[in-house]
Amino acid sequence: MTEAEAGRPDRRPASPRGGGIRFEDVTVAYNGTVVLDSFALEVAPGEVVALLGPSGSGKTTALRAVAGFVRPASGRVFVGGQDVTDLPPYKRGLGMVVQQYALFPHMRVEQNVAFGLKAQKVAKAEVPGRIAEALRMTGMSQYAKRYPRELSGGQQQRVAIARALAIQPSVLLLDEPLSALDAQLRSGMLAELARLHRELPDVSILYVTHDQIEALTLADRIAVMNEARLVEVGTARELYKRPGTEFAAGFVGNSNLLPVTVEGCEAHADGSFRATVRIAEGADPVVASCAEPAEAGAGRTLCLRPHLLDLAAADHHDNSFTGKVTEVQWRGSAHRVFADVHGHEVRLDTTELRNPPAIGDEVWLHFSAEDAVLIPARGGAVGGADGGVGGAVGGATGGVGDVGGAGGDVTGGSVTDTATDTVGGAR
Amino acid sequence: MSAVTELPPTMPATPGGRPATAPNKARFSAVWLWSTPPVLLLAAAFLYPLYLVVKQAVEGSPPDPSNPFKVTTSFSDTLKDPGTRTVVKNTIEMAVYSTAGCLVMGFLLALIIAFVPFPGARAVSRFVDVFLSFPSFLITVSIMFLYGRVGMVNHIVSSLTGGAHDTPVNFIEYSPWGIWLAELIYFTPFVMRPLLTAFSQLDSGQLEVAASLGARPGRVVRQVILPEALPALFAGGSLVLMLTMNEYGIVSFTGAKYQTLPVLIENFAKQQTNYAGACALAVINIVLSLALFGGYRVLLARMSGGRRAAVHA
Repeated sequence: MTEAEAGRPDRRPASPRGGGIRFEDVTVAYNGTVVLDSFALEVAPGEVVALLGPSGSGKTTALRAVAGFVRPASGRVFVGGQDVTDLPPYKRGLGMVVQQYALFPHMRVEQNVAFGLKAQKVAKAEVPGRIAEALRMTGMSQYAKRYPRELSGGQQQRVAIARALAIQPSVLLLDEPLSALDAQLRSGMLAELARLHRELPDVSILYVTHDQIEALTLADRIAVMNEARLVEVGTARELYKRPGTEFAAGFVGNSNLLPVTVEGCEAHADGSFRATVRIAEGADPVVASCAEPAEAGAGRTLCLRPHLLDLAAADHHDNSFTGKVTEVQWRGSAHRVFADVHGHEVRLDTTELRNPPAIGDEVWLHFSAEDAVLIPARGGAVGGADGGVGGAVGGATGGVGDVGGAGGDVTGGSVTDTATDTVGGAR
Repeated sequence: MSAVTELPPTMPATPGGRPATAPNKARFSAVWLWSTPPVLLLAAAFLYPLYLVVKQAVEGSPPDPSNPFKVTTSFSDTLKDPGTRTVVKNTIEMAVYSTAGCLVMGFLLALIIAFVPFPGARAVSRFVDVFLSFPSFLITVSIMFLYGRVGMVNHIVSSLTGGAHDTPVNFIEYSPWGIWLAELIYFTPFVMRPLLTAFSQLDSGQLEVAASLGARPGRVVRQVILPEALPALFAGGSLVLMLTMNEYGIVSFTGAKYQTLPVLIENFAKQQTNYAGACALAVINIVLSLALFGGYRVLLARMSGGRRAAVHA
């Protein structure tokens, strides 16, 4: 989905069960500085949508607008089909979990969980059962009598989640809920959150994170944000396999973004298009896929995932770039090769090579047309939309969390975090 | 197969269980060297005079043939005097009422400054710090300028009514209300200061989560802010209780009709040359201060239960 499409409000029907969130061109400004710009997004009932972006991209502001802690300068926020823009936070009935847990330190675990129930004046007879259920779901039943200070970080986060779930919200807002946990706990809590969502399929979740692993693992859809704007929204697989913008390509996973010129374009059997592009005058033409037809002579950006590049043999180098090796890094189970391709640095990640190339060697970097995605060049986006974003064209970019890099390995959309720096999982 | 662990040879231990080593002895000497001078200074400057006061309060002053006007009241005489009892009662009442007022007023004002966004909130917060440095009688004087018999309010009202009401506002001078008002104004910042610090350290996420869970502002204040501010409230309250118990300037400036122990002590010592009585009252004042302070701490510790520990953890 392009930025232009992302900027339009989703027109899905509202949920009959009353869940779901809808932002209608929400703009938030502080002292004249726009921190959320014409934000339009719909979260369907039962859907998990992750707001993914770097610091200052406006994702937390969007969440706070739903919670009622910031008032939009313009636009409306709907929860369950009801306009809540003018409602105070305590009338919205949302569950919220924040980064630092925000447990009430003077209350025991069960009192923390009961807080929302009492605030909402739930019948007294019903409260103990609801507390027990929330604690059971989060695996914290045996800690009911403890104070927060007597719990580990992960346990505190579970209590925070139990507290939010106890009021049985139709919408759950999670603001970087795992960022205060160490890597091991985070991995466990990710699985817990995924399990919780399976137990509560009707709850819509808006999940704010700057960690793409969390977004890819949990979210049905990911909304990529940058500089106060929604850049692109789509499923994890769509964003990873077919990024529509340079920013999304660079932020969700690693990518080589190379400026190319289109020489020709034709329809393909799968409904997409195959474009023949050239990275420089005199360079061999290569074929890449694109969602929309591209005119001959047009400038585009070619997105190549480092782990989807192969070192091709000299006698078998169709659809490849030739380049000169500038650096070779051995990473235990993998090799990372940097090559200069017509003045642009290209990164290749591969499993450990028996005979890695030496610096200065000429290599052929092969890729299949399906794995090479043509996206609008920065400033020349198809449809005219441009969020003013973009990775550094002509080089390798690494998103936060480094999928396929330091943080984990995306293989066909599924994420594992066992590898320190795994590459080529899908090869 | 069993593992055998060979322990290293132990050092010869002192009867107290600690090994007697040269470095320990040196440390012990250094401790004495550093602690003796301040202890001696404390004894000379505070403990010995205090002892003399208590001694004279208990024994009374011996008759002085050269001064036939010298009063030689004993401690028991002072205690039996109904006037003394009234003053003790006044002192306790004023301290308790002023502290209660300061706690309520200080909490509300600190709450507003910390959580209600308004222009100048930071300046007001800083002014609270400056206010702490003001002398107490200054507040009394300023209150008299405003609400005294010949103050601005009476002057304005008198002008507006053509002199029909001479002193419509007449509760400041010679009245416990005037003292209470002055102490309330003067000592409230002593409660606000620790509260503002506590509020600034409060996790705003807690307030937001509480609101998102459906808690209205009143419940958030009652169940989230107040419990976490209790240690600061205790600290401010303890301080104000002590200060109001021993306040001299405000009571003295407001008028002599309502007396508290510090004023009476000054009266005994300077005007009646009854040093024995002054000492007796001083001892009563000290005992009262310590008793009230101790009682306050016990009461609040029971009220707060494990909260303070939880908050400080």
